[in-house]
Amino acid sequence: MTKKISQVSIVTAVISLLLISGCAPKNHSIYRWGVYEQLIYEMYAEPGKANPDTQLAILSADVERTLAEGKRVPPGVHAHLGYLYYLQGNKAVAINEFSTEQALFPESTIFIDRILKRLQGSNNNDSK
Amino acid sequence: MIQNKPVLFTVIVFLMWGLSGCVPPQPYDYSNYRNHMPRSLFVMPPTNDSVEVDAPYIYLSTITRPLAEAGYYVFPVAVIENFMKENGLQTPNEMNAVPLEKISKITGADAVLYIHIEDWGQKYAVFDSTTVVQARAKMVDVKTGMTLWEGTAHAAEGSGDGGGGLVGMAVAAVVEQILDSVTDRAHKLSGAANKNMVVNRTNGLLLGPYSPGYETDVRGR
Repeated sequence: MTKKISQVSIVTAVISLLLISGCAPKNHSIYRWGVYEQLIYEMYAEPGKANPDTQLAILSADVERTLAEGKRVPPGVHAHLGYLYYLQGNKAVAINEFSTEQALFPESTIFIDRILKRLQGSNNNDSK
Repeated sequence: MIQNKPVLFTVIVFLMWGLSGCVPPQPYDYSNYRNHMPRSLFVMPPTNDSVEVDAPYIYLSTITRPLAEAGYYVFPVAVIENFMKENGLQTPNEMNAVPLEKISKITGADAVLYIHIEDWGQKYAVFDSTTVVQARAKMVDVKTGMTLWEGTAHAAEGSGDGGGGLVGMAVAAVVEQILDSVTDRAHKLSGAANKNMVVNRTNGLLLGPYSPGYETDVRGR
């Protein structure tokens, strides 16, 4: 009798532990996040810590690594890169990055088209 | 007596199940959300009730990841914020006043996430301090203006948990260092608070189109 009860206790304990540990199966990341959000944080919280050139070098190296690992670049990263290239004055690469964002995530089409139009427009009237 | 034992165990199992948080006390009403399932989310720079002026921007740096991992396209938060600034909107309050039709026209976003920061930063007691992050979030359908979902992000940490406290304060005599660590602590808490808000099975976000669990998420179906 005692043996039976202890077996039931063990089963109960195991089931309880399983339930406590959470019902949902562990989910894996869709994307490799790298430095993207940390860069945004530093951009706002510690402005001047890294200039756009440095941020650009860090983020583009990070994207290279993500691709080398065969992982997916998160939404917004290529657009952010495009923005950093734009700040640097490198419009051709900026356009390229914004277009990559659009190709990866068609949800961004309307917004990116707007940016591309501006970039291309200012390219034509470039006084530099 | 002996025959009652299995019954007792069953009762205990169900009690523990309930305590473990698998049984929602009140099911969240996902019907509007499910009927207007967004693919893309536009995160509006948060309005802010706290005294910490950087709070909206630090918050912004911790919201993309949980939303994207839940399966949504998230517009690039810093690019959007700068874009609005370049278009003459200097503060989050001005940005929050932009009509939905305009957001739709300029970005094509399906839904906007409005955030209001209620509490942020360090609270001092006599011998102790706590860092708090609390924000309310509301997801609004761009086409209909309908509220699809509402949630609260909250996290708090006592100074004892983070190696602060009296000793920590004495060591960190330089004011800048104290400020830095508080900003950094709030930053980490903000990330945790947002993740918990989004992934909550009871009242968090539904899994979106980019999530492998999109088809099997039965909530609101």
